[in-house]
Amino acid sequence: MHGLLSILIWLPIAAGVLVLVLGDRNIVIARWLALLAALATLAFCWPLWGRFDASTSALQFLEKLPWIPRFNAYYGLGVDGIALPLIVLTAFMTVPVIIAAWSVIEKRPAQYFAAFLIMEGLMIGVFSATDALLFYFFWEAMLIPMFLIIGIWGGPRRVYATIKFFLYTFLGSVFMLAALIYMYVKGGSYSIADLQGLQLTLIEQRWIFFAFLLAFAVKVPMWPVHTWLPDAHVEAPTGGSVILAAVMLKMGGYGFLRFSLPITPDASRELDVLVIALSLIAVVYIGFVALVQQDMKKLIAYSSIAHMGFVTLGAFVVYQIVRTTGGVVGAGMGLDGAMVQMVSHGLISGALFLCVGVLYDRMHSRQIADYGGVINTMPVFAAFMVLFALANTGLPGTSGFVGEFLVIIASFRASFWYSFLAAVTLVLGAAYTLWLVKRVVFGPVTSPRVKALQDVNGREFVVLAALAIAVIGVGVWPAPLLKVMQPTIHHLVSQAIATKL
Amino acid sequence: MPDTLLTWSTLAPATAEISLAAAVCIVLLVDVFAGARSRMLTPALALLAVAVCAALTVRFGHVTERTVLLHGMYVADELGFVLKLVGFLVLAWVLLYSRAYLAQRGILRGEYYVLALTALLGIFVLVSANNLLTVYLGVELLALSVYALVAFDRDSGVAAESAMKYFVLGAIASGALLYGMSLLYGLTGTLDLAEIAVRLSGPLSLGVILGLAFIVVAVAFKLGAVPFHMWLPDVYEGAPTSVTLFIGTVPKIAYFALALRLLAQGLAGTSQEWTQMLVPLAVLTLVVGNVVAIVQTNLKRMLAYSTIANVGFIVLGFVAGTADGYSAALYYTLVYVLAALGSFGVILLASAQGFEADKLDDYKGLYRRDPLLALAMMLLMFSTAGVPPLVGFWAKLRIFQALWETHHLWLVVIAAAMSVVGAFYYLRVIKLMYFDEPPAGLPAPAPAGGVRLALGLNAAAVLALGVLPGPLLNLCARLLH
Repeated sequence: MHGLLSILIWLPIAAGVLVLVLGDRNIVIARWLALLAALATLAFCWPLWGRFDASTSALQFLEKLPWIPRFNAYYGLGVDGIALPLIVLTAFMTVPVIIAAWSVIEKRPAQYFAAFLIMEGLMIGVFSATDALLFYFFWEAMLIPMFLIIGIWGGPRRVYATIKFFLYTFLGSVFMLAALIYMYVKGGSYSIADLQGLQLTLIEQRWIFFAFLLAFAVKVPMWPVHTWLPDAHVEAPTGGSVILAAVMLKMGGYGFLRFSLPITPDASRELDVLVIALSLIAVVYIGFVALVQQDMKKLIAYSSIAHMGFVTLGAFVVYQIVRTTGGVVGAGMGLDGAMVQMVSHGLISGALFLCVGVLYDRMHSRQIADYGGVINTMPVFAAFMVLFALANTGLPGTSGFVGEFLVIIASFRASFWYSFLAAVTLVLGAAYTLWLVKRVVFGPVTSPRVKALQDVNGREFVVLAALAIAVIGVGVWPAPLLKVMQPTIHHLVSQAIATKL
Repeated sequence: MPDTLLTWSTLAPATAEISLAAAVCIVLLVDVFAGARSRMLTPALALLAVAVCAALTVRFGHVTERTVLLHGMYVADELGFVLKLVGFLVLAWVLLYSRAYLAQRGILRGEYYVLALTALLGIFVLVSANNLLTVYLGVELLALSVYALVAFDRDSGVAAESAMKYFVLGAIASGALLYGMSLLYGLTGTLDLAEIAVRLSGPLSLGVILGLAFIVVAVAFKLGAVPFHMWLPDVYEGAPTSVTLFIGTVPKIAYFALALRLLAQGLAGTSQEWTQMLVPLAVLTLVVGNVVAIVQTNLKRMLAYSTIANVGFIVLGFVAGTADGYSAALYYTLVYVLAALGSFGVILLASAQGFEADKLDDYKGLYRRDPLLALAMMLLMFSTAGVPPLVGFWAKLRIFQALWETHHLWLVVIAAAMSVVGAFYYLRVIKLMYFDEPPAGLPAPAPAGGVRLALGLNAAAVLALGVLPGPLLNLCARLLH
């Protein structure tokens, strides 16, 4: 189908503008329109997935229109095996966000729905852009709705959190922009394929690598530039946290795979230890930090940082594998793991934030200490929460297992110590997640407020069930996902280990 | 020699100035004789005059080739043509925005309109100057009109103080300009800019450098570059907002032209020297403008420092010292003028009788009181901060690109870092409007349908030019190929 990607981008944006125009006075229509648009966008992912040719690493569903002739920039869209799953993830996660907010948002609901629809279109734009300028355009434009989402519908410290979020991300991105312009001045094209083919000296690559690292590390986020995330997550409304964790963090990982590895392979090879070290610090140190959190959202936020450490570890362990084993066997496994981990973390962290949202809507508290014995009053909800918590610890049979397992095995080829430290997360992750579950869900009912809790309603059940099916689906049968990515990952490995010097 | 004969056809390229001069006289006379009716008549007549002059300029004043007339005093080229049309358009918007504000304060007098038109005439003269004398004529006509404009609310002590400051400092800058020009004239023996460019090739004497330094100082003063920026915040804050709107927008076109005609064209042979002088100016301007803007509590003053910060970017375009750099500076100037026009327009529309709406706190919860105004301001603030999909992003991108092309790595880094610092105070305005609750007792903004439409168009232009930046980028590149 021609123009499929354009539909995926502009359909939600147009619907978002329409919802905005309808406004709070027509909230019933606006709400249904928002849901319909989100579902329609998801439905359009069906032909995208179905007609995707998984036997090639080439970009597909290509669209190319001249955009800014002066910069030789195109409105260029296309997907390959690493963009496709993330686009589907984006479309999939927007639906529960809309449903979860159905009647919960009291302040300016129409704008809330509109912001998420516009976000969805922009995020799909980021994943499908084949032109670096268009990529950056969507990448930055996304900040505006997210800034407003946290700032308008967030918690008490929302202003601090949202400005911190904006400035951190803006700081990273500006330097990426400078790097992109540098490469344009040198090569005369913003097409990502041309940038990947551009010859760069080692010094140039180093500078560009650091510019990219700043942009993507903030987004992932990697230690030590992660501090905006706990604030943003805690203050954001449920939907904001879900989208932030499920999709926006993935953009950092996507950026490493799409830009850093192929454009600056030699600098990446030279500096891979830096990224691996930061990833392992995220996995181990942030795991300990998560252990001591008192706030449920903050705990999940720190857990996100630790889990995203696997993504960067899986991406950069490639070089160490080549160095240690002298071959490329198994190098793709790290990247496979990074990709699966991104999809899986998107589902699990999104689901956990939705769970916290369900509790928060009833108790208006995120403090772990306020809960206890939720299972007695909300058994169905408790079942879901325990499932997602176990998935978060990487239980086999859930999606969380696949990604972490692949990355740990791949890093074992590189170095015993990498995989040892990475595997620490299995212990730490289990510790902080299960302890959270123990304190919140299990035990006797601790307070009268918990005693008065109502179990999930139909709307919440549908949302959580859909996510549960996805989490278990990817965990039990990850083959389709891996198959779609295979040729692209293979190609990416060859790009990453090639030299431009 | 075609320019020895003064006929209508040889004067056609100067249609803009000639028609505007005539319009100034007509508006002035009508205002004097219309008596009490002038309050209604003059604003409409001024707008009509702008429209008619613009139409005449399009019809008769269009030139495709560089044409020199009036014995080399005056040059007409496509750049001048476009800048004049932009001047007409922006002035029309300024007049639209200011009418209600002036009426509310009982200062809706003909002087505002007449002085605005004479200032525009000065701008046009400057834009088309090909001779140091014409440059000076334009600078002074513009400056004197603006001094008077700042002071024209004669009952306001603050305005009078600002006008005095502006006048005294402006006179020093004019003196510097004149002194620099006299040195150049003494050393080259000509006042003609094209001729100066020819005679200044080869090794430079100390006198030329000295003259150049004075001219750079004068240009920096007019633009508001640090350390010659002191007048700018005081004048922006002290002047009536409708005058601030004028000062903050239309003259920027002229100051761009001043820098271009003097430095890039007349003194092209010394570009090595003046780019060196501009580098510290640009860096200081970026740092001081952005950092000091953070601590402001008055929106007009904050926007003044934002102007200074943006001037830093425009100067960076000149630092590149290439045609591409100048075209980046031109693009940045136009984009900045568009955003400043809207921002001050919002202040004017948010104000009411006895309520200036110039404190940042006056914007708390603006979203609740007036969603359209808040939305427009949000778009304008994000644009000035340089966030896509708004046009301000492309302006910054052009400057970065021009700097990369001339290998100014550290300037790129500083400019990038400073645009992040700058983002903070623009975000704060949005935070006040959208995240805070409105305090009690603020007057409801006046419903002024036509003006709101103008503001809506202004904000829509910021978005539309941001999504499809191609045409304007191409135009700016073509004008300075």
